[in-house]
Amino acid sequence: MSTDVATRYEAVIGLEVHVELNTATKMFCSCAIDFGGEPNVRTCPVCLGMPGSLPVVNREAVAAAITLGLALGCAIAPSSQFHRKNYFYPDMPKDYQISQYDVPICLGGSLTVATAEGERRIGITRVHMEEDTGKSLHVGTSGRIHGADYSLVDYNRAGIPLLEVVSEPDVRTAEEARAYLTELRAIVLALGISDARLEEGSMRCDANVSLRPVGREAFGTRVEVKNMNSVRSLGRAIEYEIARQADLLDSGEAVVQETRHWNEDAGTTSTLRAKEEAFDYRYFPDPDLLEVAPAPAWVDEIRARLPELPAAARERLAGLGLPPERAATVVAAGLAAKLDEAVAAGAAAPEAANWLANEITGWCAERGADPSAAPIGGADLAELTGLVADGTLSTKLAREVLLAVLDGEGSPRAVVAERGLEQISDTGELERIVDAVIAEQADAAQRVRDGNDKAIGALVGAVMKATQGKANPALVNDLLRARLHA
Amino acid sequence: MALSTDDVRHVAKLARLALSDDEVEGLRSQLSDILAYAEQVSAAATGDVPPTSHAYPLANVFREDVPRPSLSPQEAISTAPEAEDGRFRVPKIVGAE
Amino acid sequence: MSELAGRSAAELAALLAGGEVSAREVTQAHLGRIRATDERVGAFLRVLDADALAHADDIDRRRAAGEALGPLAGVPLALKDILCTKGVETTCASKILETFRPPYDATVVRRLRDADVVVLGKTNMDEFAMGSSTENSAFQRTANPWDLGRVPGGSSGGSSAAVAAFQAPLAIGTDTGGSIRQPAAFCGVVGVKPTYGLVSRYGLIAFASSLDQVGPFARTVTDAALLLGAIAGHDPLDSTSIPEAAPDVVGGLERGVEGLRVGVVREFMAEGMDPGVRARVDEALSRLEKLGATLVDVSLPNAGYGIAAYYLIAPSEASSNLSRYDGVRYGLRVPGETTEEMMARTRDAGFGPEVKRRIMIGTYALSAGYYDAYYAQAQRVRTLIIRDFDQAYAQCDVLVGPTTPSTAFGFGDKTDDPLAMYLNDVYTVPSNLAGAPAMSLPVGLDEQGLPVGLQIMAPILGEAVMLRAARALEADLAFDPAPRGTNALEGVQA
Repeated sequence: MSTDVATRYEAVIGLEVHVELNTATKMFCSCAIDFGGEPNVRTCPVCLGMPGSLPVVNREAVAAAITLGLALGCAIAPSSQFHRKNYFYPDMPKDYQISQYDVPICLGGSLTVATAEGERRIGITRVHMEEDTGKSLHVGTSGRIHGADYSLVDYNRAGIPLLEVVSEPDVRTAEEARAYLTELRAIVLALGISDARLEEGSMRCDANVSLRPVGREAFGTRVEVKNMNSVRSLGRAIEYEIARQADLLDSGEAVVQETRHWNEDAGTTSTLRAKEEAFDYRYFPDPDLLEVAPAPAWVDEIRARLPELPAAARERLAGLGLPPERAATVVAAGLAAKLDEAVAAGAAAPEAANWLANEITGWCAERGADPSAAPIGGADLAELTGLVADGTLSTKLAREVLLAVLDGEGSPRAVVAERGLEQISDTGELERIVDAVIAEQADAAQRVRDGNDKAIGALVGAVMKATQGKANPALVNDLLRARLHA
Repeated sequence: MALSTDDVRHVAKLARLALSDDEVEGLRSQLSDILAYAEQVSAAATGDVPPTSHAYPLANVFREDVPRPSLSPQEAISTAPEAEDGRFRVPKIVGAE
Repeated sequence: MSELAGRSAAELAALLAGGEVSAREVTQAHLGRIRATDERVGAFLRVLDADALAHADDIDRRRAAGEALGPLAGVPLALKDILCTKGVETTCASKILETFRPPYDATVVRRLRDADVVVLGKTNMDEFAMGSSTENSAFQRTANPWDLGRVPGGSSGGSSAAVAAFQAPLAIGTDTGGSIRQPAAFCGVVGVKPTYGLVSRYGLIAFASSLDQVGPFARTVTDAALLLGAIAGHDPLDSTSIPEAAPDVVGGLERGVEGLRVGVVREFMAEGMDPGVRARVDEALSRLEKLGATLVDVSLPNAGYGIAAYYLIAPSEASSNLSRYDGVRYGLRVPGETTEEMMARTRDAGFGPEVKRRIMIGTYALSAGYYDAYYAQAQRVRTLIIRDFDQAYAQCDVLVGPTTPSTAFGFGDKTDDPLAMYLNDVYTVPSNLAGAPAMSLPVGLDEQGLPVGLQIMAPILGEAVMLRAARALEADLAFDPAPRGTNALEGVQA
């Protein structure tokens, strides 16, 4: 938000995130979930909404809901119900969605996010279970729904379990929204219940945005924004929407309550529904499904099995000596476990963390791979940091070795041996090279003697070049200074 | 409860029924009569009585997360009024979600 | 051979097991009876001659090979066209499903096949089970074999008429507000609505999910019990299916009613019944007493709200259950420029007036602002009715009363006034609301020679005591189920 707008209006933002679960089967039928197949190959009478079909709840989906609820600090409802949300749409096999309404499985929780202004606690209203819809292909000139000639529907996705996480309208800025979505995603990944890919739609985020004059308690008119497919999009969309609403309010116009669509290319939101037809979903308890009343023992068992969550991991890693930002990056990339392995194998945490956060994450990003699946074990990482620590490798060479290890050439030691990369720390040999360089680069040498310390860079560079990068740079520096200031 | 023509049209829209004007008028009076009768439920002494969704009290009816064979795509599509490329074909959709 | 069509299921089963007659002969006899009579009765929407004979032949072959077969193997049955039969049209007597061929079988259908019951065909019904006369079928009229100018009742009119006409000894129907019991009463046959959840609903095309139940029609209590035994039991594909093992409904049938406490429902015995119905019901109660039962006066104070509650709950659930008929995935499609238009036109063309009425009522009752006053309030009334039953059963073992206020009416008598049609169900809906078992037993004829049904109700999972009481009364009454009267269908030729 521009500071000008921020002095006059407060943005009130609530986020609704849908998480597609990675259970083996759908929410209410035993069709397998696999992606990328031919259309309508993973369907049955139930998920096609055929006459006479009936839903049966997937136990694993309930477990995932409880797991996420506990991780978010929610209370698990002793009794919750499935409701039918009735509306007509061709990708809805029954023309109603089985969801949860006023008695969801998880209530009340929170998520704490770090922003530039410090930590903020974002309340979570609820987490509930529902089923996903099918997918429509719009056939026409643009491939978009507007202006399509007809549509083709594939029900492979229909019935896949979804968890909907609804936040309190506690988010105030685009930054907070991004932080919230990032953290929620990290938690979901840590729990292993979804692959949470925003671009692919296994995690989806909608935002409800309204403005109110600073100091007023009553909420302004809220606009729902959809179609943000990345954390960055979410931030941009919110910023755009805040500015748009501020403009309207400034010119005395009212904000229309509606749903808007974020256009990534144009960087704008546009009206999705011409008139806000307040959908009358006619919710009522689904008579085909019974109450979900998880036994306390089951909830306890799930609680006991919760893995270390990102917040706890960040704290723990900071305790190992990592700066908080570094700890956050490692955890966000899903690399905490690898760091733990490396530390267990003798690595110094900060050094190992640096490699993980920088080169290793970068290497994975280039290949579109998940950092947590980087092909380097903790032991190898420890070996690498050890080789740097004991002077065998310069940082620059260590980088080269790391890439070789990631490419599968073997352990760090093996690569070093294979390529003959041991750092030259033999003072005697280096002294000869240093003397040779000083002689060659007489001008630069003189500048250093005269007090221009920066000129030493060229000399260091020349020594490194002469040694094919294998000289220990710190030692080279010391030797040059010793020679030049003698 | 006397329903107006607008009420009937609104409900018909919610229910996706394209009623003719005659149908609307006929339904208006019939629905009004039926609902007037059904309103008797408000005279029942329900007090704090909880609503019953299921007469037989079952809870936690679950299924194990084990895949079973799906229909073949041919079977899945076999009932489609119109199909194309293995998908169900529908006319253009206006009311976008 | 045609005389085989005059036999009960139990008798046929014995003949088949004893090798005295083949499944093919039994099937042919009944197909013959259908051919000779169904033009006038109209019970069947579709006769599955070839399939039935093929199944019969297979049964004969396996029996000859020494395979052990179930107790009902080779016995024919008529199936209400509301249960999905794989590859065979299942229409719910609606234009919107006229060409629908399900790619799967209902669990009940699978169990019948596994029991080697021979399905003769799919029977007529009120569209989507909404009606009390079978006049709401989109395809044809079914006549009451006792008087071909009168309705067989509904919504399971086809199944009831088929059994009454001796076209099949057994039939399957469904009961949501009385749709097995009322046609059973009108047609002078036995009809049973089991405990909700006792028989699987998987593959049963839904009308009102919390009320629908599949149940048997037969001409004798024993036959009905045998059929119920074959289809009852837990189904993991139906979440509302009762997990416990089904009660044994056949074992104790002959135990009689000595010492049984029979509750007479005060509110059902008050005015509203036709005199002919009243007379037969009173006689039946006297017989029960003579047989050793004790009659107890009980009250179901909130039963009077039953119809009102039912006609809010059932249409509400139906309005949602019938949303899926949108022309996208199966059934009728009427073209439209847009999907919205296509859906609306399809539904308007595909649904009959009664179905539209109920969808509209249900949509309204669930809509914003009305939910609490209508749907939620009706569910509270339901709780009151359940409590009434609980209190009544503290004083007695079964409850009795008339099944219907009148005997079979003429075609067109009640079609002008939907509410008048709904009031047929006044005695039957409370059991559906409570999820408790109930049945109709023919107890005689009224002054017009039309069958009168006695309703017997029992607590949840009380099928055994209910059927036992019915059996004792049936034995004492010796009611002849063969239709007779000036306008009745002719009997089976010996």
